[in-house]
Amino acid sequence: MKLKNKWPKYYKKDVITHYCPGCGHGIVHRIVAELLEEMELGKRAVCVNPAGCAVLAYKYFDIDMIESAHGRGTAIATGVKRARPDLFVFTYQGDGDLSAIGTAETIHSANRGEHISVVFINNAVYGMTGGQMAPTTLVGMRTTTTPSGRNPEYDGYPLHITEVVASFPGVAYAERVAVDGPAGIQKTKKAIRNAFQCQIDGLGYSIVEVLSPCPTNWKMTPRASFTWITEEMTKEYKLGVLADRRARE
Amino acid sequence: MTVKTARKGRVVVKKEMCKGCMLCVEYCRRNVLRVSESFNKMGYHPAEADESAECTACMVCSLVCPEVAIEVYDDEDRSE
Ligand SMILES: Cc1ncc(C[n+]2csc(CCOP(=O)(O)OP(=O)(O)O)c2C)c(N)n1
Ligand code: SF4
Ligand code: SF4
Ligand code: SF4
Repeated sequence: MKLKNKWPKYYKKDVITHYCPGCGHGIVHRIVAELLEEMELGKRAVCVNPAGCAVLAYKYFDIDMIESAHGRGTAIATGVKRARPDLFVFTYQGDGDLSAIGTAETIHSANRGEHISVVFINNAVYGMTGGQMAPTTLVGMRTTTTPSGRNPEYDGYPLHITEVVASFPGVAYAERVAVDGPAGIQKTKKAIRNAFQCQIDGLGYSIVEVLSPCPTNWKMTPRASFTWITEEMTKEYKLGVLADRRARE
Repeated sequence: MTVKTARKGRVVVKKEMCKGCMLCVEYCRRNVLRVSESFNKMGYHPAEADESAECTACMVCSLVCPEVAIEVYDDEDRSE
């Protein structure tokens, strides 16, 4: 009997995360750890992790980590990458972190075309703080701060920040994927691989938005959360490549 | 004499790492995985493998598991 799935080298051995059962963070963490190993990036990788449920990610990845102040991830990554261009620098951020408090850093780092990669986990709520409305919350979606559902007249519309940065010339690659089942998980890995490769090839900024389940705050089972992403979330947030400037000279 | 079987592998659920999210149970098409009636130390009902079911080592369970709690083994000496 041969073991087919060895423990990812850059994920701390037999780690038990604090994430809720069925949370997408665990799945994307594993994907990132597998890619760091497969792409031989682990020894020179620096991950900037966020405020949000992934605040303790530095306890889980076995690489150099910098825990950022809320939303400031891409500013820190900018500094690290400019000081040490030989390092592989990426951020891991939630939708509250990246597209609410961190909007300025997100927009300007992307517009400057910083040579960093961004893993953006969109679960449509502020997970860590108890499921409040995020900029990404769907119209009509119930959260603790929109108990009767998000009302666009009062709360505004869902923010499509990946589309915004995808329009910037400095952005080499932008894709939206979904952790909503086995096929979606495989596509997520492929997209993050493309984004990481952009930085290796010196092409500029890359971002992958991952529609990711938060079963606890959505008040759904993990399986139903997958279905909800497939059937509801992807109606608002269309999957696919949003920018691909890898071919330009 | 060898018996033809779809069985190609075996899975081991690391009981103390499993949070009982049921994703592996829902996605295994061979019904290899089920929920245990016992609790683990975290207080979850972990998934467990039915040793009599025919695991094909397809790795779908380990793909969906958020906890890296499933080891998939390939049976190299399988009878074809
Ligand atoms: C400056 C500052 N303001 C507010 C907070 C409180 N806070 C912590 S996490 C968070 C939102 C996290 O949501 P998201 O980025 O979507 O990540 P998730 O928890 O859903 O993974 C907030 C508002 C903070 N830590 N620091
Ligand atoms: S609150 Fe949501 S995002 Fe945070 S760990 Fe739980 S399921 Fe995951
Ligand atoms: S490897 Fe495939 S057949 Fe075997 S338990 Fe996992 S999902 Fe089921
Ligand atoms: S997917 Fe993983 S954590 Fe969820 S029940 Fe199966 S083994 Fe346990």
